[in-house]
Amino acid sequence: MSAREQLLAEAAKRILISDGAWGTQIQTFGLAEADYAGDLGLAREQKGNNDILALTRPDVIETIARAYLDAGSDILSTNTFSSTSISQADYGAEHLVRELNLANAGIARRLADEYAAKDGRPRFVAGAIGPTNKTLSLSPDVNDPGYREIDWDYLVAVYLEQAAALVEGGADFILIETVFDTLNAKAAIMAVKQLERELGRDVPVMLSMTLTDLSGRNLSGHTVEAFWYAVRHARPVTVGLNCSFGAAQLRPHVRALSQIADALIMVYPNAGLPNELGQYDEMPETTAALVRDWAEHGQVNVLGGCCGSTPAHIAEMAKAVQGLPPRQLPNPTPVTRLAGLEPFVMAV
Amino acid sequence: MTQQVASFVNIGERTNVTGSAAFKKLILAGDYAKAVEVARQQVENGAQIIDVNMDEGLLDAVEAMTTFLKLIAAEPDIARVPVMIDSSKWDVIEAGLKCVSGKPVVNSISMKEGEEAFLHHARLCMDYGAAVVVMAFDEKGQADTKQRKVEICERAYKLLVGIGFPPEDIIFDPNIFAVATGIEEHDRYALDFIEAVAEIKARCPHVHCSGGLSNLSFSFRGNEPVRRAMHSVFLYHAIKAGLDMAIVNAGQIDIYDTIDPALRDACEDVILMRRPDATERLIAMAESFKGTDAVAEKQAAEWRGWDVVRRLEHALVKGIDTYVVEDTEEARLAHPRPIEVIEGPLMQGMNTVGDLFGAGKMFLPQVVKSARVMKKAVAHLIPFIEAEKEAGAKAKGKIVMATVKGDVHDIGKNIVGVVLQCNGYEVIDLGVMVPWTTILETAQREEADMIGLSGLITPSLDEMVTVAEEMQRAGMTMPLLIGGATTSKVHTALKIDPAYDGPVVHVLDASRAVGVASQLLSDTQCEPFVAATAAEYQHIRDVRSGKDASLLLSLEDARANMFKADLSEKAPPPDQPGLHVFDSWDLADLAECFDWTPFFRAWELHGNFPAILADEVVGEAARNLYKDAKAMLERIISEKWLTARGVVGLWPCAREGDDVMVYLPEEERHVRLPFLRQQIRKSRDRANFCLADFIDPDGDWIGGFAVGIHGIEPHLELFRAAHDDYSDILLKALADRFAEAFAERLHQHMRTTLWGYAPGEQLTNEALIREEYRGIRPAPGYPACPDHSLKPVLFELLDATANTGITLTESQAMLPTAAVSGFYFAHPDSQYFGVARIGRDQLEDYAARRGVDLATAERWLRPNLD
Repeated sequence: MSAREQLLAEAAKRILISDGAWGTQIQTFGLAEADYAGDLGLAREQKGNNDILALTRPDVIETIARAYLDAGSDILSTNTFSSTSISQADYGAEHLVRELNLANAGIARRLADEYAAKDGRPRFVAGAIGPTNKTLSLSPDVNDPGYREIDWDYLVAVYLEQAAALVEGGADFILIETVFDTLNAKAAIMAVKQLERELGRDVPVMLSMTLTDLSGRNLSGHTVEAFWYAVRHARPVTVGLNCSFGAAQLRPHVRALSQIADALIMVYPNAGLPNELGQYDEMPETTAALVRDWAEHGQVNVLGGCCGSTPAHIAEMAKAVQGLPPRQLPNPTPVTRLAGLEPFVMAV
Repeated sequence: MTQQVASFVNIGERTNVTGSAAFKKLILAGDYAKAVEVARQQVENGAQIIDVNMDEGLLDAVEAMTTFLKLIAAEPDIARVPVMIDSSKWDVIEAGLKCVSGKPVVNSISMKEGEEAFLHHARLCMDYGAAVVVMAFDEKGQADTKQRKVEICERAYKLLVGIGFPPEDIIFDPNIFAVATGIEEHDRYALDFIEAVAEIKARCPHVHCSGGLSNLSFSFRGNEPVRRAMHSVFLYHAIKAGLDMAIVNAGQIDIYDTIDPALRDACEDVILMRRPDATERLIAMAESFKGTDAVAEKQAAEWRGWDVVRRLEHALVKGIDTYVVEDTEEARLAHPRPIEVIEGPLMQGMNTVGDLFGAGKMFLPQVVKSARVMKKAVAHLIPFIEAEKEAGAKAKGKIVMATVKGDVHDIGKNIVGVVLQCNGYEVIDLGVMVPWTTILETAQREEADMIGLSGLITPSLDEMVTVAEEMQRAGMTMPLLIGGATTSKVHTALKIDPAYDGPVVHVLDASRAVGVASQLLSDTQCEPFVAATAAEYQHIRDVRSGKDASLLLSLEDARANMFKADLSEKAPPPDQPGLHVFDSWDLADLAECFDWTPFFRAWELHGNFPAILADEVVGEAARNLYKDAKAMLERIISEKWLTARGVVGLWPCAREGDDVMVYLPEEERHVRLPFLRQQIRKSRDRANFCLADFIDPDGDWIGGFAVGIHGIEPHLELFRAAHDDYSDILLKALADRFAEAFAERLHQHMRTTLWGYAPGEQLTNEALIREEYRGIRPAPGYPACPDHSLKPVLFELLDATANTGITLTESQAMLPTAAVSGFYFAHPDSQYFGVARIGRDQLEDYAARRGVDLATAERWLRPNLD
């Protein structure tokens, strides 16, 4: 059975649990520059380059991953949110992109297999691809709205490099997450399609949009529906929302997506909104109760956490949705669905 | 509705250098700022997709395409609609695809260079996530005849579907060529296109068809009146054949009805090839129209001399906004109140537009232009209306109204809204399926004086309780009005009033709404009214609590007193068991068996039809309404506004206690239909009925059906756009009649033919309405079978969503709203009854039989519980 089929089979039985935040978990270790830099001999400061810890402090990554697996995660994401040559250039580490992805994916793969062997329950590895800090849709120069910092072909090549290394390192899926620019996500999809042709096999995609305002649009201006129509050609195994705000604010948008998407719905919200000090202080029980509400309404298939969430949040979520039936996939009629920033459906 | 759904798609073509000389000039001059404005105007003027084409020899098309697309991406007003990337060169298209963030349309690809290149481009479109226009073009050239068009499109379709291309993302362009060129082979071009569209859509499921219109009239260059007439006539027929979209300039089409009849006939002769000398005749005639642009100009000057009401109508129908502000101002000065200009001449003009569009004689681009003229006129009036308010004519009160979440019925609510508005109240209508959060937020933000809730189906009762509870939690105090067919004074008193400390009032019908609202807002009457209502509800509660459960039999005793049908009389097995699907039942046939009485009741005209037409009090209103209804009915039928789809299923079954076990022979499985039994203590000779009593435990038959009336939305949209509440409500009420009539007709067809247990039945319409036939058709959610949640079970048995297009909301309301579903019982003794109140014992028993937990069963059966 392929990873896609296996995930769909598991998701038909129950609501699956993904993992929680990496960044805020790593912060709790209080690591110093020396921990990050290791003996790689890089010229620039590495503190804050979380992804590089797979090379310099793999024990930290492994500890966090084990904590999530112990909390009940079925899907483990790789610690590779910034492992593209664009993001690594900030640390002068763009030549290490392949190693970062191989090492992070390798740790996740090894632990996933270890846990699966222990109890016979399959664990999956989602190779995480972040949006980068560059955008294809928007101009950084207010006086020149037609200007773009990067172009499509360049971004596709950047994503292809990361996706190829993630798959080589053992990722089952490519998780295109925190999509603030829909066109960036489309470039990532193109990269995966090219990778599929190179490998001659299916590389299933997971897609996760992030909202930047409460009306339910991302930074490039797409509504949840328009986003789905713009990326549906990726045949994603999951689609959903992450980060954005807390679960409370995501509620109407989860519902909207769940009604139209013929893919599994995966949502991993932040642990509430940050407080005055920028810390996330929503209690695990609170987050769990909020996501349980979606589950009770049959709106989700996979749940996890983003910024501020901890293994305790994941464990509470797993407990809260245990035994609840997973969402049934809708079977939409084949009508033409186009999208600008807003959806456009043509009558049959 | 968050999504725009379109029937005929209006593609903006002004951002196309091959079609617009002005746009070409701007791009060649590098004036992209102005070029972006052209795109903005198009979207404002109603373009639902914008076509961008930069194929011009003097341009670097890749550069121009990407520059322009990036610029419009930065404009949310423009970028909200999808883009059509239009080029004959693949590299230009691909460069465009790299800049567009939604899901665009590629225009176009074809098999011109063979299958390999075609499929390569198609695969890339899939990778980029784009729909695609496929030209009817192959290795041999462009398709000209109907046969070639159909052949090429079907071949392309098979190839595309073969590589997994989604068929709904294919738009065929079967080539519109010039007709009336004097070359005989060209005579069939238009007709071939029209016929090919119908054939392609029949052979290639889910695809759409499009075309570029301007070629058609090429031989009449310089003669705009004839060209416009040809375009309009062509569209009129092509849309009927299934054309979904066209690249067309709204200025290049006329309103079908306003074309000179002689010219229209001559164009129709050419386009439909109705006579061999059609071309000669049109050419001969064309000369006399050539100058009509001058004539039109003269006419243009002429209409300015008409009276202001006619001028406004003309401006609205023709979509001319040049003089609308000055004309509106003139009308304002002639009317005592500015609002009367909107309610009078402007609405009248929009109604004319609505009629023409409804008849397929105006096209969407033109209607959108009309709406813009209307907007301009209203915008001019608003400051005057507001100034008048400040001067003291303030609205009497502000009311937020909504049909609650899960429910889609709004005829009654709309009538109440109109009545209140006519009486000087400001109504904020939130529409249907409104969640409580929106209702509360709006009421608070708008500082409303009261909230009005409406609902038709029983689950809405629960939702109303939720709204009341949330109002309480939010610390609100404003009055809450409850209305709608399923609501009652008793329910309001027992369930809603106790949930909310503020005033709660059940409003029986629209005629009471004004009275209730005015008392609630009166300084002197409010307090006594609220107190009296509260006391009345308290009394209802007191009486109710005195009535204890002693009136109910135990379930066991009720079962012992079941109805004993004479099973030797049961119906024979059906002639045609299984599923029967009806895709489009003749509307004229349905109109013959309308039951008009409920129609008048929907308008709060009480009395039986036809006697009501002669009624002393309401007779005149009823006659006028009946006349308008008949007129609309005629158009619904002749212009096929609506489609009646239905399904019937007949299955073997057997009674098992209070359940009926339906057997599906093909799937070799049973489906349980649990029914409820009356528990009210009966007088000695009356039984405690349950629907299962009409079924033989040793083997019998049962049926089910669902019917729905589709296609109402575009027409409602139009009425709404025209602010024509009257027609909106009229059409909904008629659609409901169609649904009921269809249920009646199908029941008859089932009795006489499909099941055939009453083959010789001969009943008049009156007899049908009086239900003088054998057997019943109880519906889930109605008194004999009050559990709405049996609807999904029935739907599954019938595969109703696939077979009829009807869907269910979370509260089990059917969409479209004009829909009926139910079960067929054939036993001669079967009869309607109300289950009414049931005891805890039956609730628990039912939950177990239904396979749901107690809380769920309780939720579904709440109206039947204490």
